Formats: sequence, structure tokens, C-alpha cells
Amino acid sequence: MRERLAAAIGLCLLVAAPFVLEAMDEAFLLSVLTRMLAYALAAAALDLVLGYGGMVSFGHGAFLGTGAYVAGVLLHHRSDGSALVAWPVRIGGTAEALIAWPAAALVSGLLAAAIGAISLRTRGVHFIMITLAFAQMVFFLVLALPQYGGTDGLMVPGRNVLAGASLEGDAPLYWVALALLVAFLAFGRSTMAARFGLALRGARMNERRALALGVPVYRLRLAAFTLSGAVAGLAGAVLANQSSFVSPDLLSWQRSGELMVMVILGGQGTLFGPVLGAIALLAAEEELAAITEHWMLILGPALLLVVLFFRGGLWPLIAGKRGDG
Amino acid sequence: MAEAVLEARGLTRRFGALAANEDVSLAIAPGECHAVIGPNGAGKSTLVAMLAGEQRPDAGSVLLAGEDVTALGAARRARRGIARSFQVTQLCRDLSVRENVMLAVQAAEGRHWGFFRPAHSDAALTVTADASLAAAGLDARASSPAALLSHGEQRQLELAIALSQAPRVLLLDEPAAGLGAAETAALASRLAALKGRLAMLLVEHDMDTVFALADRITVLAGGRVIATGRPGEIRADRAVREAYLGDVVDA
Amino acid sequence: MTATLFAEQTLNGLQFGVMLFLMAAGLTLIFGIMDVINLAHGSLYMAGAFVGGTVTARTGSFLLGVVAGAAAGALIALLLELTVIRRLYRRDHLDQVLATYALILTFNEGVKVIWGPAPIFLAAPEMLSGTVEILPGVPYPAYRLAVICAGVAAALFLGWLIGRTRTGMLIRAGTTHRETVQALGVDVGVLFALVFAIGGALAGLAGVMAGPVLAVQVGMGEQILILAFVVIVVGGLGSVKGAMAGALLVGLADTWARAFLPVLLRGLLPPSSADQVAANLGSVAVYLLMAVVLAVRPQGLFPRHA
Repeated sequence: MRERLAAAIGLCLLVAAPFVLEAMDEAFLLSVLTRMLAYALAAAALDLVLGYGGMVSFGHGAFLGTGAYVAGVLLHHRSDGSALVAWPVRIGGTAEALIAWPAAALVSGLLAAAIGAISLRTRGVHFIMITLAFAQMVFFLVLALPQYGGTDGLMVPGRNVLAGASLEGDAPLYWVALALLVAFLAFGRSTMAARFGLALRGARMNERRALALGVPVYRLRLAAFTLSGAVAGLAGAVLANQSSFVSPDLLSWQRSGELMVMVILGGQGTLFGPVLGAIALLAAEEELAAITEHWMLILGPALLLVVLFFRGGLWPLIAGKRGDG
Repeated sequence: MAEAVLEARGLTRRFGALAANEDVSLAIAPGECHAVIGPNGAGKSTLVAMLAGEQRPDAGSVLLAGEDVTALGAARRARRGIARSFQVTQLCRDLSVRENVMLAVQAAEGRHWGFFRPAHSDAALTVTADASLAAAGLDARASSPAALLSHGEQRQLELAIALSQAPRVLLLDEPAAGLGAAETAALASRLAALKGRLAMLLVEHDMDTVFALADRITVLAGGRVIATGRPGEIRADRAVREAYLGDVVDA
Repeated sequence: MTATLFAEQTLNGLQFGVMLFLMAAGLTLIFGIMDVINLAHGSLYMAGAFVGGTVTARTGSFLLGVVAGAAAGALIALLLELTVIRRLYRRDHLDQVLATYALILTFNEGVKVIWGPAPIFLAAPEMLSGTVEILPGVPYPAYRLAVICAGVAAALFLGWLIGRTRTGMLIRAGTTHRETVQALGVDVGVLFALVFAIGGALAGLAGVMAGPVLAVQVGMGEQILILAFVVIVVGGLGSVKGAMAGALLVGLADTWARAFLPVLLRGLLPPSSADQVAANLGSVAVYLLMAVVLAVRPQGLFPRHA
């Protein structure tokens, strides 16, 4: 009950934000908020596997970055009229979000399926190291694409259009990002309470029991991992629009680590928590960066203290209820 | 004898130089309660693990209703009708008692791919689960997390879960472990009610329970079968008395 | 020409493999005995390189630099064990990852504060700055040969320590029968700290030795850390023998792929992009190697409980 109330209040705040910021003459902050929502979507997607599924993925940056590159590359080809694929059929770029964003989710999802299919054969520390390593592989693969900027990253010309409507300006993209986030949170919550979630959570708590029941643990986990990767890719597509630039940095291990921090900081196994975690972490980074160039020297130890002494995350404090995971 | 529901043929499992099971064969007839007894380290748990598919035998095969399932893992065998309870209780500790049973019902149905309807309002799961909990006398604890149950209640839940799988054969690995006398008697009467309807393999240390329930008994010692027969025959078997029962009597 | 290039690159691969082994050995022991995944192991490598480089520059003695680098690695490792890692033994792997991730952020920024953001220069010692003729007409940098020798010596020392001493016996027992060792009445706290210090010394040593070959800069630790993870996954978690085999495989695969892929791609791509493409595709090779090993043997080449 209290949790629903907290979520409703949070939603109200996010809906009111554009109007409040405009009234305060700080509309430029809306773009910052959009970036937070994109990361929130990716972090919530990670929570599905990390919190509910118990799969500690250290490679979600790769899915986020891949989605960003798919959207960016399609816009890039659209802008200079060149072909993405020249043969056997010519496929050009597109600015239409209804094509580009599902494409981003699809490519990231397929990548997650491939990485998951191998990684999920292992457990524990193995799984952590392997997801990290495969994400690094994707990182190098992107660096090996000089036509898309290599190490320099890719300038994204313009923005996607949604069913023909422009997403230029801060507000339209913000609303789209918020809609995607709310839709995913609703879907994720319902899924985790449905049969799929029951089996996925049961397998996390006691894999041996789940197997003895005949639960297809591997397939369920692979499905969750793939879904999570696809949604992270979608978040990447939003991010590419928000920043007009995609960088290989999005695929780096630092980004993967940051997403994990967002999940834990907000509270794993809650889906709402990672949203809060993403906003809190990015806001902290912005604030600290304004104080000192060496803000990492504050954030690092702070994170360490959080992990060592503050368990459970922010959301359970507000919702008064422990997360699943 | 009718075709065995579950059959072990020449199962062998070695850990290094130690043979935990050596050429173990036994067959469980439909509706039969087949007990496996033997001193500690006789290889009983290894046998259950190989029958359930958690461990692969180095040699030999496992047949479920005449079909060779040796190559299948635990989950696939469970889907084909082998259910088990564990010597050390294995529950999803943060799920509620009811959810633990619901998951078993769901697994028996084999339908895990529901994304929208909350499991709690899925009558296909809840009706069967609640009936199962009522039969186990756990209905009052249904919404409690499994971790908060007493040891005796956890053992009951473990049995309720296995029965909710609607199995063809039930493997019980020391179901009375850690139970008091009254709880053991209650368990025995629950199992007695299942006799004739469900094929069971019962690994148990409590000899009163074994001789009260078992239709046939297989005795393991040092990983080998030293005798198989009706309770009366086993009682009278010289090799068994020397290897095993003698110790119990003296103790 | 091709044969000499091959010989040269194979030696480069061995040299890289030896460095990877020094990193992976510590990581795998720490995991095997304490069940801890320590991301900050790369920071010890970086610390070794920076401290070693500074001491070398101040004293003019590379040997002193090496000793200082290894000592810095050991000391920081010990300090970390006592203050942070010790609190993580009973936590799950997720907490360990996050806490040591936070340590990486802290160390990287700390190094920037102390040494600045630019790479520092660490020269090979005068004595080893020349080349050695490994085959008739094939010169090879003496320093790299020395690295291989030093690495092999360190590996042998580690082998002796683990295989022949009482401490090593406890370490070995710890990787397979953790509870037994505790039951023996061994002061596990001391044993853990010791293993951590050994791992730190090896990482610091690797860092300072890598200095004259690779750039000494912030972020160097994570690059090699991730490759060391690949080594461990390929070799088998917790096994020093596996770390050795994995390190050599990964070192050779990485070096060969980076060296020979450009040659292959020059025929296919315009020369302007061929080198960049090849260099990055070359980096992918080891991950493909890992994928293949995992597909065939999910527990690695030398699983602990064979």
C-alpha cells in the first residue's frame, strides 16, 4: 500500500517536472532529467535479471551502448543518404523511431541472447567475469567500426521522429522517455508477479529445488536476460537522441558497473528502486562534479560505505518493504 | 510383476577411488512402497541423486516406465513424473508457503510463460495449491514465508510440494529426518494413505517406519545391494542382520 | 621474414602471458581460498607501475623500482584486506563486486591526484635497453626477454611456495577444503591476509615490469584485469596450474591476433582503416577463445574438482 503510494507520488513528480522547471525558468534541466530516465530504464531492466533473477550481469553497458549505436547509425545513414546494407537488398537509414527503436531493442536483445546462452551455463563468479568479458568484446567490436567513428564516437545528426512527429526539443523526448519507463515498470511488475516471475524468483532462491520441480531454469533465465538486454538497448536509443552523440564509452565496463550501482543504491528486486538509484547517482555525479574535478574521490569511498554499511537500498526505506532479491 | 514404474539397472557411481554405488539394480512396481535402507555411507543418497537425475551414473541406466531416461537432467525427469523430497529441506525460503506449492503446481502443468495475470489470481494454481496445503495441515501458514516455518512444518511442506507435482513416482530421502516421534507417526500415516496409489522409493533410518510402510526393502551396504525382499524376508536375512540390523539391535 | 616475425610475436605473446599469469595467479588464489572476487586487483597492478616508475626515476635504479612496485602492491593489498575485504568474506559476490568497483574509482582518481592525468614514463634499465640475437639475424629486445625470465622465476617461486611449503600446503587445502583448514586451528585471518599480500606483490610486480612495455596510465589496471578474468575462466577458477595454461594461451592468442590480423586485412580493406580495424578486431580474439572454451568446457581447462 505504502509502496503504491510512493510510486504514485514519484510518478506525479516526474509528470509535474517539465511544468515546474519551465515555471522556474530552468527548462534546460529537462534534458538532464531525460538522461536520468533513460538510465533509469536501463537500470530497471538490469534489476529484472540481477534482483529478481539473481544473475549478476556485469555486461549491461554493452546492451545499452549497442542500442544507442543502432539508433545513432540509422540516423547517420538517413542523414547522409548512404546505405546501411548495400547488398543483397539496399537498406538505408531511418529517422522513424517506430522502426529504429524496435531495431535497437532487437539487436541488443539478440546480443543478450547470444551472450546469455553461453554465460548462463555458468554460475556465481564465473558468470560475473564472463558477462564482463563479453561486454568488453562488444566494446572492441564497436571500436573496430571506423565508419562509425571508432574510438571517437559518432555524432548523431538530428533526432528520431515518432510516427512522423518531431522529437526535437527537450519536452517531447522527455515525455517519450517517461512513457517508456512507466510502461516497462508496469510490465515488469506484472511479469514478476505472474507465472514467469514466480518461476524466475523461485529458481534464484533455490535452484536445486526448482530443477527438482522440473522448472526449465536455463530457458527462463535466458528469456529474462534477453528481455533485459532488449530494454537496455531501448534505453540506449533514447540516450542517443538525448545526447546527439554515441560514444564507445557507453559500452565500457564503467557503464556496466554504474548500472549495477544504480540498482543496488535504489534497492534490488523492486524495479522502482533502480529508477530512484539512477536519478540519485546521476544527480550526485552532477553535484559533486560542480564541487571538484576529483569528484570520484568522494563518490568512490561513498559508494564503498553504502555497500558496506547501508544494505537494501533507498526504495525499501520509502516503501517500507524489502525488495525481492 | 507389472512393468516397473522406475527401475535402476546396474547403476555405478565412483568418486575417485571410492565407489558410492556399485552395480545397483532395483525396480519399483506401480503403487509399491520400496524402501532402501543401509548404514551411513551405504550410498543411499547417491542412488536417489542418480534416480532423480542430479548425478550422472558412471555406468548403468535409469528407466522410467520402461523408457531410458539416463541421459536426462533433473528438470526433464521431473517433467516426466519423478518427484523427490530432500534429506536437507530445499525450499524457496523467501516465497510464501503457498507460493512454494503454487510453483510446484505450475511446474507440473509445465506452463511458466505467463507474463500478465498475477499468479495469485490464477485459479489453476491456487485451487490445487490450497487443497494440497489443507491436506498437509499447513493452510494456516499459507502466507508465511517458508523460511519462518518450524522444522517439522518445513518437512511437511517438502512433502506437500512433491505431491503437488502429481508425480508417477516419489523419491523420499529420509523424510522423517529431525522429526519427533509424534511428527514421524503423522508422516507415516500420510505415506500409508498413499500406498497402492503412488509408487514410492523411501530412504529412511527409522526402522519402525520402514517396516510399517515398505512392501519391499532393498538393503545397501558399501554401495552394493546385499539383499532385496519383503520385510519378513529382510528381517530373516543373515547377511542383512550381520551387515546392518545386528548393529541396530545391539545399539 | 615471416618465420622471424612469427618467432618475435611468439616471444611477445609469452611475455604478455607471463604478465597475465602474475595477475591471474593472485586473483585465482584469492578467489579459490576466500571466495572473493576482487576487482581492485587491477589497481594493485597500477599502483605497482606508478610507485615503481617513481622510485626508478628518483633513484635511477630500475631494480629498486621493481622491489618498490612489488612492495607497494603487497602493502596496499594488505591494507585493503584489513580494512575492506575482510568485511566482504561473508557477503555475496554482488557486494564484493560493488565494493571493489568503488575501490577502483577511488584508486584511479587518487592516482590522478598524485601523478596527474598524463601517463608517466618508465624506461627499461640501461643494461637491458639493447637487443639480443635470439636467432641468427633476429634481434629481440633484451628487456622483454628479461621480463619473460623474471615472470617464469616468479611462477617457479610461486610453484615452490604452494607445492613445497607448509604455508603452501594450507593454501592448497584452503582452495579445496576451506572448512577443514579452519577446523585445523589455523589462524585463517593471517592466512587470508598473507594470500592477499602475495597476490598484491605479484600484481605490483607485473605492473612495474609492464611499465617500459606498455603505458603507465590510469585505467591500465582494468584492461589487464578483464584479460586476467578471461585467463581464469579459460584456465579454471581457483587453479594456479589453470592460470598458467590460460595466461599463456590468452597471451599468445592476443598477441598473434593483433600482429597478424593487420597483415591479413591489408589485402581486404583500404590501408587507412585496416590497422585500426585489425587492432580492435585482434582484441576480440581472446574473447572468442573464451567463448569456445566455455562451450566445450564450462568449468575451464583445469577445473578445481576434477
